[in-house]
Amino acid sequence: MADSTSLLYATLLLPVAWLVIGFLGLARARNIIWVGRILFPLGALVGLTLGLVALIDLGGPTQSLVLPLGLAQLPFHLRLDALTQFFLLLIGFTSAGVSIFSAGYFRSGEGTAPGLLCLQYHVFLASMAVVVMADDAYLFMVAWETMALSSYFLVTTQHRLPEIRRAGFIYLLIAHIGAIGILLSFGVMQGGSWQFTFDAMRTAQLGPVWASIAFFLALFGFGAKAGLVPLHVWLPEAHPAAPSPVSALMSGVMLEIAVYGVLRFTFDLLHVQLWWWGLVTLGLGLFTALFGVVFAAVQTDMKRLLAYSSIENIGIIFLGVGLSIIFHVFNMSVLAALALAATLYHCLNHAFSKSLLFLSTGSVLHATKERSLGKLGGLIHRMPWVAWLALIGTLAIAGLPPLNGFVSEWLLLQAFLFTPSLPHSYINMLLPIGAAALALVAALAAYVMVKFYGVIFLGQPRESTLAKAHDCGRMERLGLLWLAIGCVLLGIFPVVLLTLLNSVSVELLGASLGSQLQHWWLLAPIAPERASYSPLAFMVSIVVLVATVMLGVRLFYHGRIRKASPWGCGFPIMTPRMQDTAEGFGQPIRQIFEPLFRMRRELPSPFDVAPHYSVQVDDHFWYWLYAPIAGLIQRASSLASVVQKGRISVYLLYSFITLIALLVFVL
Amino acid sequence: MNAATLFTQLIEIILAVIAAPLLMGWVNQCRAWLQNRRGAGVLQPYRLIRKLFHKDAVIAANASTLFRLVPYVQFASMCLAAAIIPSLWTGLPFAVAADTIALVGLFATARVFLALAAMDIGTAFGSMGARREMLVGFLAEPALLMVFFTASLISHSTSFPTIVETLASGRLAIYPSLAFAGVAFLMVLLAENARIPVDNPATHLELTMIHEATVLEYSARHLALIEWSVALKLFNYTCIGLALFFPWGLATNTHSLLSLLLAIPITGLKLLIVGFGLALIESINAKMRIFRAPEFLATAFLLAVLGLLVHLLLGS
Repeated sequence: MADSTSLLYATLLLPVAWLVIGFLGLARARNIIWVGRILFPLGALVGLTLGLVALIDLGGPTQSLVLPLGLAQLPFHLRLDALTQFFLLLIGFTSAGVSIFSAGYFRSGEGTAPGLLCLQYHVFLASMAVVVMADDAYLFMVAWETMALSSYFLVTTQHRLPEIRRAGFIYLLIAHIGAIGILLSFGVMQGGSWQFTFDAMRTAQLGPVWASIAFFLALFGFGAKAGLVPLHVWLPEAHPAAPSPVSALMSGVMLEIAVYGVLRFTFDLLHVQLWWWGLVTLGLGLFTALFGVVFAAVQTDMKRLLAYSSIENIGIIFLGVGLSIIFHVFNMSVLAALALAATLYHCLNHAFSKSLLFLSTGSVLHATKERSLGKLGGLIHRMPWVAWLALIGTLAIAGLPPLNGFVSEWLLLQAFLFTPSLPHSYINMLLPIGAAALALVAALAAYVMVKFYGVIFLGQPRESTLAKAHDCGRMERLGLLWLAIGCVLLGIFPVVLLTLLNSVSVELLGASLGSQLQHWWLLAPIAPERASYSPLAFMVSIVVLVATVMLGVRLFYHGRIRKASPWGCGFPIMTPRMQDTAEGFGQPIRQIFEPLFRMRRELPSPFDVAPHYSVQVDDHFWYWLYAPIAGLIQRASSLASVVQKGRISVYLLYSFITLIALLVFVL
Repeated sequence: MNAATLFTQLIEIILAVIAAPLLMGWVNQCRAWLQNRRGAGVLQPYRLIRKLFHKDAVIAANASTLFRLVPYVQFASMCLAAAIIPSLWTGLPFAVAADTIALVGLFATARVFLALAAMDIGTAFGSMGARREMLVGFLAEPALLMVFFTASLISHSTSFPTIVETLASGRLAIYPSLAFAGVAFLMVLLAENARIPVDNPATHLELTMIHEATVLEYSARHLALIEWSVALKLFNYTCIGLALFFPWGLATNTHSLLSLLLAIPITGLKLLIVGFGLALIESINAKMRIFRAPEFLATAFLLAVLGLLVHLLLGS
């Protein structure tokens, strides 16, 4: 017995170690050397260990454990299975990079004291690890809420600024509305047994109606955390407010934890699935992806842009979940495994590349004190490390071969190619059209990423202050490097990871890509004559070709270069302000997708002495969905305020009446 | 993979790289004839490239390494694309490493790098060109992918040689879905290769140009590589079109030397005809305003999706 749970104990030690590190931060809360040079690197080490432990044991036997903690009748249950281990791997490896970056990033004197920040940060990490290990509703909710609260405090690190407090409040509000959905879903899933362990839920027999209610409550709850439209509104507010490493963790890891929740509920806890769940999830995912990428294209704040890009990626992930549900329901298990593999792969890709980009915006922010794209530019000369590593993240998020983003997109498109064989007459026609939308999203993502990278790092500096920008420190460099290497390795050796993912899909779907992944260098998920892709060969040939051409040109011709000023097309003055701005770059998208935006434009007339131009792009959902609800609540609360008299005798009277009423009711 | 297939693969790439400027020259020459000009001859692109290689490169003082790297990446990606596209025969061992989806991804990679290089100098035209190039790209890329999807659904494979083998295999069946895909593909080809009516390859009037604006800062060997890769891109796209819609004559049996040798003149002939067709399209059309280009490409995208739907409805 001790042997079969030893690994679970060992794994559990790591979140506990995070907690200890966090509390150690309080010991010398204002000492940046203690927190930055010792505790954060230690946290990174713990993360690395967690990732390695999960990697080595992925696919090992399932272990579970009852801890003598918690309430009297509700002890904590823990479980370590393949799905848990995959997400532990994601948390561990991503947080290792983010923590080592944080070691160099956080300085004293910015809002929350470093020691307290260290506590919040590590509690956040530990709670995410516990969420994926939890095996009963009680522990799950405790960890889930700890995660929400600790991240709220992290978002409001700069709590002296009112707009940051506002952003934090919106985040907390939506996180809790989502938590209610999850809680209610648990309530439905216990199926009358009033047992809140996951084991009881696995055996509960729910009818299709109740199962659907449970599924959609969970989708609502986890969708709020993940940022599914229309519950996405907190993301573009919270990310610019939070310090960059926190954004990296929230976007790169926490959003994926919500995906974990959906997978756990759908494939593990619920024993029936219905095909139209998949269709709804897929539709929501597609809409979210398109919405996110279109909004990302018109942003002018670099962190808001990335926040919308996260929404897009979450959309793609939910698209994969939906596809996987549909294939699973129609018993096409290998294809379901293919869609699931694409989904999980995209989770990991997004964790690495989005964290990388958020961290690089952090370095840019530190070096320039600017978040607005309109005031950046030319940083590739001042910050070569950040710029070149961010280029890898940019290409990865844009889904370009041979990097990692392309692998998951390729797998998803392959899965889509099988949808015409579904034995259902409507969806086998409709679904292939989804592939068209996915292709559009992928192409738009490239547009967004060219804008992001080009405006920040390329061109001429748009402000004179940028000349003083400095490259990031050694610790930050290490963190960025770790994540960038992760992106490249995930891109080049997909089969290695996909083989590991087999155990996850066997656990959830009862099938895997197993036998198809014969060659470690060739990705042929269904059959080699059907489709194959070898990123390694791809990468090697590009590098060899580039080197050959370079050598050839040198050999047959020459390598002479002269430097001159750029071609000004005959204009006498060329200033950096003539470059395309972020607004300008987004203009075509604003025009094409106009109905999606709520725009306020101020255009100058030809006779203006001091012409002024401004455009503000807003989200319709604020005005269509949130403002009416907020108004409704406002009205309801003003109605309730009628009973509020402010005199203690009146309140005593209320208590008296309540007591009488209760007595009447009971008797 | 044996020595023979490796050899055919190599020959195929080398022929594509060598013949690409010739196709460009042929199109330009046909255009000149159609416009009652004498033209510079079909060899003009070679002369241009040779001249450019001999010049000293002039680079803007604030150019980064990325700027200097991009022409090589551009050229390499187009060579790699030529290795995947069955322009002469289907015995392409490298096609295992990259299917049609990866081919679309490869074109996207090349485009993204070109746009980044255009933004690197920080001139007004460069960044404007980058924006427009990406604008054309984000609509053309999904359209191209949908064209490939239709073909993949017919042949149950995304591997390009397999698609071509299926389409070329004897049955002279006409697929209605491919007709839609064909029109969509032609529109994508014109847009992606900066031809009229979307862009004008001969213009240097700054406000109307798309592709030329992105390469405005390049000179000498860098420009030579860019020009060569532009020619190679046109060659690649033309060969994609030929392979998908007119696959007859491509050698599917790599063991028969005769069919291999026969494939070269047949493909050459087809390229001549298509080149003339391209010149004709360019001569009888006017360039659109840039604001109309998204409409044009959206039409291409919708046509490609329509082709997909037709395939699903008719099962062919």
